[in-house]
Amino acid sequence: MSRGEAGPRSSLPGFGLTMGLTLTWLSVIILIPLAGLFLKSFELSFDQFWSILTSRRTLNALKISFGLAFAAAIVNLVMGTIIVWALVRYRFPGRRIFDAIVDVPFALPTAVAGVALTSLFAEKGWLGAPLAELGIKVAFTPLGIFVAMIFIGIPFVVRTVQPVLIDLDAEIEEAAASLGANRWNTVSRVILPSLVPALLTGFALAFARAVGEYGSVIFIAGNLPNVSEIAPLLIVIRLSEFRYADATAIAVVMLVASFLIIFAVNRLQRWAQTRTPAY
Amino acid sequence: MNQPQVSMSTAREDLRTEPKIIRVVIIAIAVTFLTVFVVLPLVVVFTQAFSKGIGAFFAALSEPEALSAIKLTLMVAAISVGLNLAFGVIAAWAIAKFDFRGKTFLISLIDLPFSVSPVISGLVFVLLFGAQGFLGPWLQANDVHILFAVPGIALATIFVTFPFVARALIPLMQEQGTQEEEAAISLGASGLQTFFRVTLPNIKWGVLYGVLLCNARAMGEFGAVSVVSGHIRGETNTMPLLVEILYNEYQFVAAFAIASLLAMLALITLVAKTILERHLDEGQLPGD
Amino acid sequence: MKSAARLLAFGGLVAAFGIAGIVTVRAADQTLLNVSYDPTRELYSQFNDAFARHWKDTTGNTLTIEQSHGGSGKQAQSVIDGLGADVVTLALEGDIDAIAERSGLLNADWRAELPNNSTPYTSTIVFLVRKGNPKAIADWGDLIKDGVEVITPNPKTSGGARWNYLGAWAWANTAYGGDEAKNAEFIKALYTNVPVLDTGARGSTVTFVERGVGDVLLAWENEAFLAQREFGKDKFEIVAPPMSILAEPPVSVVDKVADKKGTRAAAEAYLKYWYTREGQEIAARNSYRPRDPEIAKEYEKSFAKVELFTIDDIFGGWTKAQREHFAEGGIFDQIYKN
Repeated sequence: MSRGEAGPRSSLPGFGLTMGLTLTWLSVIILIPLAGLFLKSFELSFDQFWSILTSRRTLNALKISFGLAFAAAIVNLVMGTIIVWALVRYRFPGRRIFDAIVDVPFALPTAVAGVALTSLFAEKGWLGAPLAELGIKVAFTPLGIFVAMIFIGIPFVVRTVQPVLIDLDAEIEEAAASLGANRWNTVSRVILPSLVPALLTGFALAFARAVGEYGSVIFIAGNLPNVSEIAPLLIVIRLSEFRYADATAIAVVMLVASFLIIFAVNRLQRWAQTRTPAY
Repeated sequence: MNQPQVSMSTAREDLRTEPKIIRVVIIAIAVTFLTVFVVLPLVVVFTQAFSKGIGAFFAALSEPEALSAIKLTLMVAAISVGLNLAFGVIAAWAIAKFDFRGKTFLISLIDLPFSVSPVISGLVFVLLFGAQGFLGPWLQANDVHILFAVPGIALATIFVTFPFVARALIPLMQEQGTQEEEAAISLGASGLQTFFRVTLPNIKWGVLYGVLLCNARAMGEFGAVSVVSGHIRGETNTMPLLVEILYNEYQFVAAFAIASLLAMLALITLVAKTILERHLDEGQLPGD
Repeated sequence: MKSAARLLAFGGLVAAFGIAGIVTVRAADQTLLNVSYDPTRELYSQFNDAFARHWKDTTGNTLTIEQSHGGSGKQAQSVIDGLGADVVTLALEGDIDAIAERSGLLNADWRAELPNNSTPYTSTIVFLVRKGNPKAIADWGDLIKDGVEVITPNPKTSGGARWNYLGAWAWANTAYGGDEAKNAEFIKALYTNVPVLDTGARGSTVTFVERGVGDVLLAWENEAFLAQREFGKDKFEIVAPPMSILAEPPVSVVDKVADKKGTRAAAEAYLKYWYTREGQEIAARNSYRPRDPEIAKEYEKSFAKVELFTIDDIFGGWTKAQREHFAEGGIFDQIYKN
C-alpha cells in the first residue's frame, strides 16, 4: 500500500486529473445524495430526532436488525472458517463446485433469494416441514430473518479468509509441529492468530451487509412490529405513512453505522495488508 | 481460488493436516451448510420455474411485460456498468498509484454504498429528486423526469454498484507498483499512452472481474430500485421487481421463470469469475 | 493490449447508448397512467381493455393505459413524490386526501367530481378460512379466541388492512354497546392473534394461501373470491360475517398531471366509464359490488348477504377515523406500544 516508490511527487502524471474526476463523480453519485439525507434530518430538532430514535418501535427495529445481523455474522464467522478450511486444506468430491457456489448469495438477486428461502422454510417447504415437526418455526419469525442474513453473509467470511489461508507459510506450521506442538495447539496458537485480521474483515463485511439487507429478509420475516420488523422495512413503512422525518432519522443512524463499519474494515485491511475481495 | 501447492512428502503433509475423523467432520459440516443455505434455495427456484413444464417456462418469458423488464434491466445494467467502469479505472489510478493523506477515508467513501441499506440508497434519490425533494420543483418546472423513470433507476443502480470496479482494481494496481509506468514515462511516453500500453494490459483481467461483479449486482438490485421505480407495468419494472409482482399475482411459475433467468445469470457470472480468478492468480504478466 | 483498450471503448459506447435511450422521447400515442392499489390488478386489466376499445370506437384515438400497483399508502406517497399518475384509484379516501393535501396536485373537493363520492364500486371485508372451517369462525368475535391465528396486513401500509381494522372496530362497537375502551381491547386481542403482518393485502393472501400460515384471512370480498378461483374451492371457504363495513375505494383524476400532459378528457372519460353499464358489469364480474342498483340486483346472488355499515355511520367520516385510529400515536399505535 504505502510502498516507497509511489508518492504524491511520483513521476507519474494524471494525479490531479484522475483525483479530480474521482472526487467529482464520488460527489455526484454518493456525497450529494447522502448530504441530502443529512440535510433533511437537520429539519428535526435534536429532541425530535432523539424521540424518534428512542421510540419503542424504532429501538426494537434497530435492535432486531443489528442484533440478528451480529448473530448471523458470528455464525458466518464460524461456519465460514470451517468452509474455508475444508475448501483449502482438504480434497473431496465436488470441492470445486462448492468453492464456486459460495458466491451464489452474492450474485443471486436478493428478491429471488427471499422468495426461494421463504418457499424452502415455510411450513409446507422442504425444510420447513421437517422443522415444523420438531416444533421449530423458521419462516415469519425472527429465526427467518436470521436465516436470510446468514445466507447473504456466507461469501464474505469465506472470500476474505481464503486467500490468506492459501498464502499461509507452511514452514511455520511445520516448525511448530517439529517443536512438539500438537495439531490443536498449532491450529489455535499459530494458524488462527494469523487469520484474525481477515476473519475480522469478513465478519464486519457480513455484519454490515446483513444490517442493511432488505430484499431477501422481507419475504421471510413476519414483519410484526417489535418482533420481526427490521429497520429498513420500518423506513419503508414510515415513508408510506408520509413520515419522512422518521424515515430519515432511522436512515441517518444506519448510514453512520455502515460508514463506521466500512472505515474500520479499511483500517483493518491497511493494518493487515491483505488483499480485499472486490466486495 | 487455486490450491496451495502441497507436493511434499507424506511425513511433512501429516504435520499439516488433521486426523481423518476430524477431516471428515469438517468437510461434512461445510458441505451440509452450503447445501442447506445455498444449493437448496437455487434448486427451489429452478424446480418451481419448470413445475408446469418447459412450455409454461418459455411462455412466461415471452410475455410482453417480461420482455420489457428484461430490456430495461439490460439497459440499466449497461449504463451503470459503463459509467462505473470508467470511474473505477480513474479512481484506481489516483488511489493506487499515488500516496496522499486521507486515503483510507476516501476508499471508505467509495466502499460506502456496499454497506448502505438498499432502502436508504433509494431514499436519498427520492429526497433529492422527488416532487417534494430538494431539486423536485426545478425538475418539474423543466419537465425533467428522473424519479419513477429510467434515469432514477439507473442512478440508484449506479449508487449501489459504485464500489465494485474500483475495489477490484485498487489492490491489484497497488500490488503492481509504479515501476513499469515510471519506466514508460522516462522513455518519453505520454500519460495516456502509458495507461493504455502499460497499465491496462496488466489489469485487464481485474477490470473484467470488477465488471462482472458490478453487472451481477446491477441486474439483481431490488431494494433501491423498488423505492425509485414507481412500478409502472411494462415501463419501469426491472426483472427483480417483476419477480415480486408476478409472485403477488399468484403467477408463481412466471415469477420463478424470471427468477431462474436471474439465477442462471448469477451462475454464469460465477463460472466466468472462477475462470478469471485463475488468470488473476497466475499473475499479471506484462504484455498480451 | 488492444483488446483491453477495446474493452474500455466498448464500455463507454454501451453507456453512451444507454443514455441516448433515456433521452429518446416517449411514445407519441396518448397514454394514461393509473396508479392503483394491490388487489385491483385483474379488475383493471379487464376494465382498461374495455375502455380502450370504447375510446377507440367513440373518438377514433388509440389510448394506452399503464398500470402501477402496490400498497395504497406507498402508491399515494409515490404520486406525492412525482409519479406522474393521470388517475389514482386507491383503497382509501385518506390516501387521495393525502395527495391533495401534500402535493396540491388535485383539489381538496375531489370527491364531488363523480357520483357516489367518487367511489364507483364497493366491497366489504369477509373471512377466508380453510376447508371445513376447522376453527368454526362465523363472526368477528371468533377472531380473538385462543389459538386462532388471524392473517391481516399492516394498517399503516395497506389500505385493505385499514378496512379490516375498521370492520373489526365497527363490530365491537355494536357488540359492546359503544364502549370505546372495550373496542380497543378487542382490537388489541385481535392483533395479538396475528402472526404475520404483511405490508400489502396481496402479501397476506400469499402468506395464508400459499404458505399455509393462519386459520383465517381477513380480506376484501373480491380478493377472497379471487383466491378461491385461483387456488380452488376445495381448499378454502368464504365466511361472510353477519355485519361488516362497506369499503368504498375512491377514484380521481390527478388534475395537475392530466392538465400538463393534456390527457384530461381521456382521464375523465376513463373514470366516468365506471358508471356505465359495461363498467359496472366488469366490477360485478370481478366480485366488486356495483353501485348501479339494477346491475347489483342482477348479480345479487354472487355476493353474500351482509349488513353493511359505512365509515360515516360509525366513525363520522374518513378524516376523523384516520386521526383517531391510524395517525401517529393513534389507537393502532397504542396496540404495538405496550
